[in-house]
Amino acid sequence: MNEILLAEFSSPKALLKAAEVLSDCGYSKYDVYSPFPIHGMDDAMKLKHSKLGWIVLCGGSVGLLTGFCLQTWVSLHYPLIISGKPFFSYPAFVPVTFELMVLFSAFSAVFGMFALNKLPQHYNPLFKSAYFRKATSHGFFIGLDSTEKGYDREKLRELLGTIGVNHIEIIEDSE
Amino acid sequence: MATSIENTVQVKRPDLVVPGETFESVTEIVSRPMEMKLPSWWLIVFCVAVSGVLLLKSMIAYLIWEGIGIWGLNNPVGWGYAIVNFVFWVGIGHAGTLISAILFLFRQKWRTAINRFAEAMTIFAVICAGIFPGIHIGRQWLAYWLFPIPNSMGMWPNFKSPLLWDVFAVSTYFTVSLMFWYVGLVPDLATMRDRAKSKVRQMIYGVFSLGWRGSNRHWQNYEKAYLLLAALATPLVLSVHSIVSFDFAVSQLPGWHTTIFPPYFVAGAIFSGFAMVVTLMVLARQLFNLKSLVTIGHLERMNKIILLTGMLVGYAYGMEFFMAWYSGYQYETFAFINRASGPYAWAYWIMVSCNVISPQLFWFKKCRTSIPIMFIISIFVNIGMWFERFVITVTSLHRDFLPSSWGYYSPTWVDVCTFVGSFGLFFTLFLLFLRFLPSISISEIKNVMPEADPHYGEEH
Repeated sequence: MNEILLAEFSSPKALLKAAEVLSDCGYSKYDVYSPFPIHGMDDAMKLKHSKLGWIVLCGGSVGLLTGFCLQTWVSLHYPLIISGKPFFSYPAFVPVTFELMVLFSAFSAVFGMFALNKLPQHYNPLFKSAYFRKATSHGFFIGLDSTEKGYDREKLRELLGTIGVNHIEIIEDSE
Repeated sequence: MATSIENTVQVKRPDLVVPGETFESVTEIVSRPMEMKLPSWWLIVFCVAVSGVLLLKSMIAYLIWEGIGIWGLNNPVGWGYAIVNFVFWVGIGHAGTLISAILFLFRQKWRTAINRFAEAMTIFAVICAGIFPGIHIGRQWLAYWLFPIPNSMGMWPNFKSPLLWDVFAVSTYFTVSLMFWYVGLVPDLATMRDRAKSKVRQMIYGVFSLGWRGSNRHWQNYEKAYLLLAALATPLVLSVHSIVSFDFAVSQLPGWHTTIFPPYFVAGAIFSGFAMVVTLMVLARQLFNLKSLVTIGHLERMNKIILLTGMLVGYAYGMEFFMAWYSGYQYETFAFINRASGPYAWAYWIMVSCNVISPQLFWFKKCRTSIPIMFIISIFVNIGMWFERFVITVTSLHRDFLPSSWGYYSPTWVDVCTFVGSFGLFFTLFLLFLRFLPSISISEIKNVMPEADPHYGEEH
């Protein structure tokens, strides 16, 4: 049976320090939970940059092409004579092309973010802990996964003790 | 390091949150309106607002049954209240995205106290706006012709028309604003889920918070998504009202056919939107006791933006007259002299006094920080900006090139009741928002508190 060691810290400062220590000790599968993003935490956890920008770039390009091609095709396929303007009036296609680029980019930013975060995810072993409910209001937590190589409950308790942990809880994951 | 402090000048920024509040107390303050006993004033105002919705619905039903003839439109004034109200509501809807996107990119931290509120206002205002073009088309059951939907007639819309650009601009704006708002809400909905005392609340907030748990691996992508959405929404918000102004500017009519329209409309939209935010915020912070998060400092900053955009609008009014004279084009000159001294001069001067003269009081700090004065001025601005759209639409149409085709437009009771009803819809949605969703962004406001800085308390 897997388990998660949940450690609570008192402030963003203590949490950042703890993440730095854990990274330096070679842990990489742990996660940090806080009510708001903490400046510098990505570096402390040694996370790679988010891939979201590339997803949005693709989404935006698709939107741009869709908008322009749709208007070109419609204007040639269903020719309307408007004040003698050419059917392929590309300057007039700019507003709709722009709007569709923004729309597709925004969709890929939002749904791409949810996909990268694997949300929605209504089950998580952490939700079993009543104590963890503070994480969305004023609690600062670190969760260490027992599947990580070198996970040793007692050793971790000792290590976390030296960096000012407030409270430790073991959560069992039955899945 | 502490010894060198004598040589440095310490500039203290005003507090964004009243000192003494903690992370926990901020959660408490924002959650209170959702967890307190339903106040009786809420119920009373809600009933009034819902009767407004019923009024709106019955006016629309009557319109569809009877036809556009029940409105005051005539020849030459073929655009009346429907367009005026559409532009009025879309304009109000601009403040939300401005606050959430543009102020975010400029790192204006004070936005965190008002952005959720303003975004909600945006969405509800755009809903009200969207109704009017939908119902003014005459045969409302053919409204889907506005969209490029493949149909058995093989018929497609005209992509060279600004009216069609508007369909895309407004629907994109609504969709993006809604997503932006929802993304911002997810962490706060998780807070509400974790505070929920009843099973039903926990379920509902739980479903919509998607299992958010404040993980830093999530925050990393989340912050990136938020930044990208802000960067996308910034040009979007500028494009929407520009395209709305093209509806007028691309035509040949004197009074409409000017290149100043896009920036002038955008400035006016921000102006009216901020006025509406001030109107609503002054009431909400009082009624729900949010004063330690939305301070006088926040309101003062908004009043400064009202002063600035009010003067931009005033400049545009002046520049329109200058161009009418400088162009030497007699129809344009006439359109503007007629605007200020013709049959609709009353509307023109209401507009100028509300939009240009009344915000000048904000030059004085005493007025910028006085709740009653800012409330009254914000109401004046709301009125003035409605009249601006009335003046642009109606005065330009009612007397154009040929005196034989001149006319006068007055609304009918149906026009007025539809407009009043749209306020009912707006306030119904707003009251539901205040009661069931966090009206201040809990996670963002914590982020700008000094305690949130991991180096808090260290000497520099």
